[in-house]
Amino acid sequence: MANYYKLIVMGLITLLAMIAANYGRDVAYQAQAVVVMLFAAVAFIITLRNTDEPVPVSVREQSYFDDVVRYGVIATAFWGVVGFLMGTFIAFQLAFPELNFAWADGLANFGRLRPLHTSAVIFAFGGNALIATSFYVVQRTSAARLWGGNLAMWVFWGYQLVILTAAIGYLFGATQSKEYAEPEWTTDWLLTVVWLSYLAVFLGTIIRRKEKHIYVANWFYLSFIVTVAMLHVFNNISIPVSLLGSKSVQVFAGVQDAMTQWWYGHNAVGFFLTAGFLGMMYYFIPKQAERPVFSYKLSIIHFWALIFIYIWAGPHHLHYTALPDWASTLGMAFSIVLWMPSWGGMINGLMTLSGAWDKLRTDPILRMLVISVGFYGMSTFEGPMMSIRAVNSLSHYTDWTIGHVHSGALGWNGMITFGALYFLVPRLWNRERLYSLSAVSWHFWLATIGIVLYAAAMWVTGIMEGLMWREVDANGFLVNSFADTVAAKFPMYVVRGMGGVMYLAGALIMCWNLWMTVKRSPAIQSAPVAQPAE
Amino acid sequence: MSKQDNKNDVPTTGHSWDGIEEFDNPMPRWWLWTFYACIVWAIGYTIAYPAWPMIKSATPGLLGFSTRAQVETQISDAELANAVINDQLATVELTEISADPELLGYAKNKGAAVFRTWCAQCHGSGAAGVQANGYPNLLDNDWLWGGAIDDIHTTITHGIRNTADEDARFSQMPAFGEILEPTDIHAVANYVMSLSGEAQDSSVVEAGATVFMDNCSACHAEDGTGDRFQGAPNLTDAIWLYGNGYDNIVKQISVARNGVMPNWNTRLDEAEIRAVATYVHSLGGGEATE
Repeated sequence: MANYYKLIVMGLITLLAMIAANYGRDVAYQAQAVVVMLFAAVAFIITLRNTDEPVPVSVREQSYFDDVVRYGVIATAFWGVVGFLMGTFIAFQLAFPELNFAWADGLANFGRLRPLHTSAVIFAFGGNALIATSFYVVQRTSAARLWGGNLAMWVFWGYQLVILTAAIGYLFGATQSKEYAEPEWTTDWLLTVVWLSYLAVFLGTIIRRKEKHIYVANWFYLSFIVTVAMLHVFNNISIPVSLLGSKSVQVFAGVQDAMTQWWYGHNAVGFFLTAGFLGMMYYFIPKQAERPVFSYKLSIIHFWALIFIYIWAGPHHLHYTALPDWASTLGMAFSIVLWMPSWGGMINGLMTLSGAWDKLRTDPILRMLVISVGFYGMSTFEGPMMSIRAVNSLSHYTDWTIGHVHSGALGWNGMITFGALYFLVPRLWNRERLYSLSAVSWHFWLATIGIVLYAAAMWVTGIMEGLMWREVDANGFLVNSFADTVAAKFPMYVVRGMGGVMYLAGALIMCWNLWMTVKRSPAIQSAPVAQPAE
Repeated sequence: MSKQDNKNDVPTTGHSWDGIEEFDNPMPRWWLWTFYACIVWAIGYTIAYPAWPMIKSATPGLLGFSTRAQVETQISDAELANAVINDQLATVELTEISADPELLGYAKNKGAAVFRTWCAQCHGSGAAGVQANGYPNLLDNDWLWGGAIDDIHTTITHGIRNTADEDARFSQMPAFGEILEPTDIHAVANYVMSLSGEAQDSSVVEAGATVFMDNCSACHAEDGTGDRFQGAPNLTDAIWLYGNGYDNIVKQISVARNGVMPNWNTRLDEAEIRAVATYVHSLGGGEATE
């Protein structure tokens, strides 16, 4: 019976999307409507083919729902490569402006590709990694199958639809110009629906758990899902100009808009890229090291301190602007207090290895997970330092900020995701082991050296341009023009691009290795069906 | 999972999730005390600086700090330090600026900063202009409207061909594509090329000279050396505002692009205009006032 309702809904969405594609006022809107129409039509056909077929007796209900995790792992690897490729390309566009080809103007110039890169790595790569690992981890640590039947599948496919419609919007210029929240209201609504479904699946699974306590990884995952929902909704409050067009008008204006944007932007880092990924860290490091977590007390205190304090730190992005001084001071003070709660996660990750440090010599996957925690510690020290007003007056608007973000994103988020993928693929595809451990080592070294090149280049150019901007002569007049600082950065821009190439090469080696693991590695004999059990 | 491999291991909390256990270790003391210290510092800092929002306004902080007051102080300090010499710059005879080494040095420093902020977008941060795109090079001794300090000062003050300032320098080259036959344009372009070098088609140079005398010499002068009263470029010096070569010259004759420069008297004060005029004058091509 449920299938009939689904068919009606899918049919209606297909029809409405067709109408929207026909009457849409701009190309971005029309192209997005076509993609939605295709998604809904395919879902309609698949549902139709299964309707009135005998439903297999719910053997599956007894086991973990891992199909969606497998899809998520593939999507993570795919979007990762896309995002790294975009990033490497736009890095070279900055070094060699000729790469903004005249024939591709309005589609592939830096301004259009930059949000495509940031969204691809944060939301497509990072988001898929978070959804896939959270579905894997919450089932194992709750000893329960995902709640909501196929709702988890809708979360996965709905999220891919969000990524596609967002990317189409960027290329065709439908943007509300809010950093990390560029998509217009159409995609925003779609993401809201998908995200609430995600929350329902995750929370439903925790509620039906067979373990008495909720594992610490799930606290972090849950705080990430809840907070991102709140941030996304408030930051995107806007009124569409027409229901048939992309353009919308922001409800907040001026400095209120800027503050809302950076409240969102900072906590996208805080909850998406920190809390969510700490959830990954708390599962995959103890599993791979086969050691208990270092301190339960520390995990409680640093969790609550982290999520309470992070949410106040956004104003440090707006030092020396129209933002009132009191907000700027509070942002800075909370950022400094945030230092130790952030490091609590690093300590718990690193100290979990005490008694197992020797494994770093033999296990490149563990090495990857550990260096990611190292980069996490480095950027969560750098962040509070850069939030200090006096430091910020030098670092703000310079490449130092870009270097800071990338040592966190490439080092922490990227490396821990690679580690998780290496952990998951043999288990999800029932293989004895990875195809090649030496390929993992190659990936590790390429990525690590790539990050070092990237971050070092950006520190140098960032501090250099900050100093050049403020350099004055004996009479107190500025010495350098803006163009002088751009020209001076050129060599470091090339080094940064090389770092990107190495990081991308490592990711391609990973994809090959994971592919070969599924194709060639010996299968585990008499595969035990994963049982949700105590 | 291996439990208690080390004798020193503390007991676990007794929970196990998918085989993961947790030690009951205390929080590291250095971590806890650093955390406390940060909190204490933050409380002190928010008392000293404007921080906590109240009903009508935020607490101002004991130190009375304000970023706006800070920047105002810095600006007024810098202005105060230069007040005397800046007044001198604004009031002295333009031609006298170069006579006083201290004043000249000050004007060049100040003018360079103004130039890099306002002028570099078109003329380049090194003032070399953009060749072939109508942004003149300011380093050479070829001047459209005059290279003496007062000529440069007038150009900067009122601009060129803008609609915002009645005193803006104005002249307009007609688009000869609508006036002359293509054969005439071909001929005159070759004549113009011959003035500073070689014509592409020397057979028409003589015919081109006639076209030039009839149509161009009123502004560019009979010998092609131009006329600074009308901003008509010198065509004999191999310096080209819209590019050299036959194609570029034919294009300029046919469509006649006329560059625009804004008037700076509404955005810069007199001392700033004089400073940047002095700076440009000092770049290499400055001429003496007659």
